[in-house]
Amino acid sequence: MRISGLAARLVLSPTVLVTMVCFYGCAVWTAYISFTKSSFIPNYTFNGLAQYERLFATPRWGVAYSNMFIFGILLVVGALAVGLMLAIMIDRNVRGEGFFRTVMLYPLSMSFIVTGLAWQWVLSPSIGVQHFVRDLGFPNFTFDWIAQQDRAIYTLVFAGVWHQAGLIMAIMLAGLRGVDRDIWRATKVEGIPTWRVYLGIVLPMLRPLVVTCVVLLSVAVVKSYDLVVAMTGGGPGFASDLPGKFVVDFSFERANIGQASAAAVVMLGSVFAALAPYFYVELRKRPQ
Amino acid sequence: MKAGRIGLYAFLLGAALFFSIPLLIVVMTSLKPMPEIRTGSIFALPLAPNFDAWVKAWMSACTGLACEGIRVGFWNSFRILIPSVALSVMAGALNGYALAQWKPPGANALLTALMLGAFIPYQVILYPMVKILSNVGLYNSLPGIIAVHIIFGLPVMTLIFRNFYAGLPDELLKAARVDGAGFWRIFVEIMLPLSVNILIVAVILQVTGIWNDYLLGLIFAGRDNAPMTVQLNLIVNTSMGEQEHNVNMAATLLTALPPLLVYFASGRYFVRGITAGAVKG
Repeated sequence: MRISGLAARLVLSPTVLVTMVCFYGCAVWTAYISFTKSSFIPNYTFNGLAQYERLFATPRWGVAYSNMFIFGILLVVGALAVGLMLAIMIDRNVRGEGFFRTVMLYPLSMSFIVTGLAWQWVLSPSIGVQHFVRDLGFPNFTFDWIAQQDRAIYTLVFAGVWHQAGLIMAIMLAGLRGVDRDIWRATKVEGIPTWRVYLGIVLPMLRPLVVTCVVLLSVAVVKSYDLVVAMTGGGPGFASDLPGKFVVDFSFERANIGQASAAAVVMLGSVFAALAPYFYVELRKRPQ
Repeated sequence: MKAGRIGLYAFLLGAALFFSIPLLIVVMTSLKPMPEIRTGSIFALPLAPNFDAWVKAWMSACTGLACEGIRVGFWNSFRILIPSVALSVMAGALNGYALAQWKPPGANALLTALMLGAFIPYQVILYPMVKILSNVGLYNSLPGIIAVHIIFGLPVMTLIFRNFYAGLPDELLKAARVDGAGFWRIFVEIMLPLSVNILIVAVILQVTGIWNDYLLGLIFAGRDNAPMTVQLNLIVNTSMGEQEHNVNMAATLLTALPPLLVYFASGRYFVRGITAGAVKG
């Protein structure tokens, strides 16, 4: 028995080591770099918050950071709304449920690179939707957001919702299927309209699932990288840049590890801010 | 009521169209020659579908200076995928089994640490990981990228298997131990045969996840081992001169095909995988 207990600990020890070194150790290392004078190579002279001051004075970071909120809020709201609508519709005993579920979930199996490229073509002014509508006989039709400084970030939302809505649908549908049949029977007897049952009774019951979805989507937003690389390359200029891309560019292409680390730490803080609602729900559950 | 049903189906069919249009466009365009793309509409069916663009994408599309096609990336991805999936699933199964069935001291602490670790963005970890890997001589190598995939797969894989093994009755382990079986024998002879479904879920999750990875492959694999996603982005987004849309889209489809096939073949398992994996973020 002793020996076997030892085996379990031995098996787990590489994981303990990797967790400590690769996840937490590396994160602390990056955080440490962000408080030093590092530029293109690490320079471990302590320098207070200077990297952060410089970071937030950098125009490109300003764009990337505020883009994260624009992209994030629209993606979370968009994917939740679309996913929830689809889940409710499918829950209304439709024929061909399997078909609809399959079509709505397949984008999730594709990489963000493929997703970004496909949407780049759909939205491309020269071959995509604009070209198509002009050929239909509307020569002045313009839809070139992907090439517009102030609009490109919104095109990422289309692709993001397209990719993520299926996941929300699957999670919410599972929740809807778990709703007690008696509630439906009772409200039917009372003659309450279906939409009011969803809005007033069913959705409040699914609130924990909604919180889960919001957290999942928000964390995905903070981590976003591939999508913007494939779809806009962060352009035009750096108009559709996101923090994830900023950090990678500054770590490896622009070689400014001090700035990259400070930006990475801001990303980490943002993830934990996005996780806050989840912890709030979890902690409130505990005492009862 | 009747009108409501019609509206319902109209909405669902509209949604299905929205979801399928990008894929349909890519498929149709990849089957057209360039002149037809230039003059025609992106939504038009190909007049004379042919696979010329697919052949070119596979055999001779240019990634930077080399024009050897996306097949190079395909084989790189394949070489990365097989060991990464096998090892990370095995590691997850063993970890989950050790945590849930043997309950060593600190099991919950490790689990919490792993789960929180999964939320740390790669960007926070990348630079120190590059330093560590170059110090041990694994940076820009096949073993290096495989190690990175195993490391970043640990939290989800461990979590999935822990939840599964925690659902099995304790009596299983107790009875086996009374019979004198140890840690490894119980795992191989009792636990693994019970784990077929969860193994499938885990394999599907890792196959699609690792095949679709871009960032880790870009940073850690090195030029010679660049996975398909990295090569695809090079082909499409850095090409000089006129864009060959048909070749680009064929290359995109070829890259998307393996996970798509996995998805269509596995259905429910895939959904279980992403919703289980989704919890990690």
